[in-house]
Amino acid sequence: MELQKDGHREAYEAREHDVLIIGAGGAGLRAAVAAAEHGLSVGIVTKSLLGKAHTVMAEGGIAASVGNVDPDDSWRQHFIDTMRSGKFLNNWRMVETFTKEAPDRVYELEQWGALFNRTPEGKISQRPFGGHTYRRLCHVGDRTGLELIRTMQEKVLATDAKVYMETTVTKLFKKEGRVVGALAYTRESGKFVHFKAKAVVMATGGWGRIFKVTSNSWEGTGDGVVLGYDAGAELVDMEMMQFHPTGMVWPPGVRGLLVTEGVRGEGGLLRNSEGVRYMENYDPEKMELSTRDVVARANYTEVQEGRGSEHGGVYLDITHLGYEGIMKKLPTMYEQFLKLADIDISREPMEVFPTVHYTMGGIKIDPESAASSVPGLFAAGEVAGGLHGANRLGGNSLSDLLVFGRRAGEGAAAYIEESVHSTEIDEGEVLHEIGRVLEPLEKKEEGESPYLIQQELQETMMEHANLMRDGDSLKEGLGKILALKDRLPQVSVPGSRLFNPGWHTAQDVRYLVQISEIIIRTALERKERRGAQWRLDFDGPDEELGRINFIVKKDEQGEVGIERREIPPMPEHLASLVEEAKAKA
Amino acid sequence: MSEGNGNNVGGVTSKAHSPVPNEELGTSGKMAKLRIFRGDAEGGDEVEYEIPLVEGMVVLDAVLAIQAQQAPDLAVRWNCKAAHCGSCSAEINGRPKLLCKTRIEEYDGGEIHVGPMRAFPVIKDLVSDVSWNYEVSKGIKPFQTSEQAPFTMYEEDVERLYEPKRCIECFMCQDVCHVLRTHHKHPEFAGPRFFVRNQWLEMHPMDEADRLADLKEDNGLGFCNITKCCTEVCPVDIHITDNSIIPLKERVADEYYDPAKWLMRKIRGR
Repeated sequence: MELQKDGHREAYEAREHDVLIIGAGGAGLRAAVAAAEHGLSVGIVTKSLLGKAHTVMAEGGIAASVGNVDPDDSWRQHFIDTMRSGKFLNNWRMVETFTKEAPDRVYELEQWGALFNRTPEGKISQRPFGGHTYRRLCHVGDRTGLELIRTMQEKVLATDAKVYMETTVTKLFKKEGRVVGALAYTRESGKFVHFKAKAVVMATGGWGRIFKVTSNSWEGTGDGVVLGYDAGAELVDMEMMQFHPTGMVWPPGVRGLLVTEGVRGEGGLLRNSEGVRYMENYDPEKMELSTRDVVARANYTEVQEGRGSEHGGVYLDITHLGYEGIMKKLPTMYEQFLKLADIDISREPMEVFPTVHYTMGGIKIDPESAASSVPGLFAAGEVAGGLHGANRLGGNSLSDLLVFGRRAGEGAAAYIEESVHSTEIDEGEVLHEIGRVLEPLEKKEEGESPYLIQQELQETMMEHANLMRDGDSLKEGLGKILALKDRLPQVSVPGSRLFNPGWHTAQDVRYLVQISEIIIRTALERKERRGAQWRLDFDGPDEELGRINFIVKKDEQGEVGIERREIPPMPEHLASLVEEAKAKA
Repeated sequence: MSEGNGNNVGGVTSKAHSPVPNEELGTSGKMAKLRIFRGDAEGGDEVEYEIPLVEGMVVLDAVLAIQAQQAPDLAVRWNCKAAHCGSCSAEINGRPKLLCKTRIEEYDGGEIHVGPMRAFPVIKDLVSDVSWNYEVSKGIKPFQTSEQAPFTMYEEDVERLYEPKRCIECFMCQDVCHVLRTHHKHPEFAGPRFFVRNQWLEMHPMDEADRLADLKEDNGLGFCNITKCCTEVCPVDIHITDNSIIPLKERVADEYYDPAKWLMRKIRGR
């Protein structure tokens, strides 16, 4: 197809699928399998090669109450642990569904060829993790995410789903209020593709790249949450960013790289420069296996109060496991420290400090169908919000991907079955978007470097929206972010469309700036200390704020609209679980 | 509980969260010099770049710094930067390497030439077209069982599967394999990566599919003459030749070159 544009001919390709899935991590791939099982035509778009999504970085395991090592475990206890960790901001129906279905999703992985470490009885082995009452994480060494994504990837390759690798989506198209497709370009060639689809599943993951120190890869730029926001979808809990307590600090190039919670799961000890196991001052009961928000603040506070390590971290010690034990349980960590930091973790402690890791908030979805508030748009995995509330438990993300990935695929299939609608749109819309995307390449004069804007934004977020926040600093940060937003139209990049990372970054920074603005604005609204949102200018949790979620939606002026929405009361069967747990504690 | 009552309100308190200070970025006073291939399928040349050497710097750090400061359109593939994902495979001084795991200091001040993997078509700069590998993968019979999970499998049943399951699909074994690199047997020969995959499938206690005919006919297992080049470059230490390829060759030999089995096939007509 060719269209006239500014005197030259701008070609683009059109592709049609029943379901378009954006993102090929665990959630996207599981959604694809579900939709393909309904006999639908499925297209999967991914910014990277297949199998490289951030799921691959998950190390510690997948949480499910299969009760293989602790038979007393149950979905009920998993429910309570998850709600408690999320400080009851979680969508309780999502948590119920999630904790009930997680075991089936783990067994399904095994059915499809995934291999987990075994117990002496020949069952899937489970390890302890922060905030989980029982040993609950099914795992294979410290590379569980690799096992999950490879299994799902091979499952998808055995279906008729078509995978579009190294392809970036820039806009969702709507018709009569429904999402009916997207514009994308192929990173390799810079050629445009108009995807027509009856339903779209957003599975693009998180947005850790708005921060400088993060465990996230370049891909974590939050494309999906902004695409959804621009299409009118509601977002929830956007102020909630998870800082993982243990990221690497040295050398500079590996700053923020993840050190798995599995290290603490296997008995790793946190000490400050005085050799004190300081967690006894923060959570004497759970110690190193407290929830991530608590451990991250503890690590931060120790350094702040002058008890940090040489490079501004704290010490994490796993030497008691010995070389053999480490090679069995944490081989990837051994290799990572030896190769990148010249540290033999069987002989000396690691230096660690909090690193931006995960986004609890995201597109608000229906717990049953994973539908967003916009017809035709579904979301699953990290880009969706609601399951984790104010703080995610380790291991819950992998089961989240599969439980809600499957539900999104099923939800999209059910939606398509009951609605006949056209996916044709005005070609002018396609052309207009292509023109917008090409702007940074076509500027004649030299403008702003997207790399520089990205760097300034990351430093701003580190300084003003870190894991300890206060109103004045947040406001100052917002001013800086809005100033960056004003500079976006001046972004320009040299070179051609052929695999041009500068041009790709020019697309990313638009997402990064918009998300940062939303995060700061919602962080200003939540005036309390709860989970990952820790306002130093307020004393503690606020009872009233504990009953509301902040919902974000683009308003009619195109600005960030924020609504306080009451969390509906739990039904009796869940409320009684919480009451029983309180009585026991 | 002393949690969160520090005095540095809202600001960045640890140097681990502050921008890396210039004195640390350039402490050595040394420069890193890299010669990077710039070009595409039509051809190209090496271009020399120089940046300040930072302690512990890996080649990927250097390439990304060059990209941000000097060559915005320099193409490189990467994701995790922790040697877990296998995206940043390229060639350094002609040898396949993960850019994120290769320290500049390893070259001890010597020349560093960085280029794309050459066993596949070059797209641009350090990026090659590895899509062929996914085609091969699609052709392999997936895991198949009539058993219902959860399975009862003991550690001793599955121990040997952990090694091939470690594969991060960096495709460096494919890049170095002379059957592919020199002899271009791309359609007939699956390459070491996919013998690794076949190995765990064939050795999984619950798997019921038979891939020996495919290995012999479609995947060209016989082309491999066990020079172990693949094993040498594997970043996750899979003993590809000894533990994947040779056992598969033995199974194929047992199946097809055992006289008793040969006779049975004649009688059964398959």
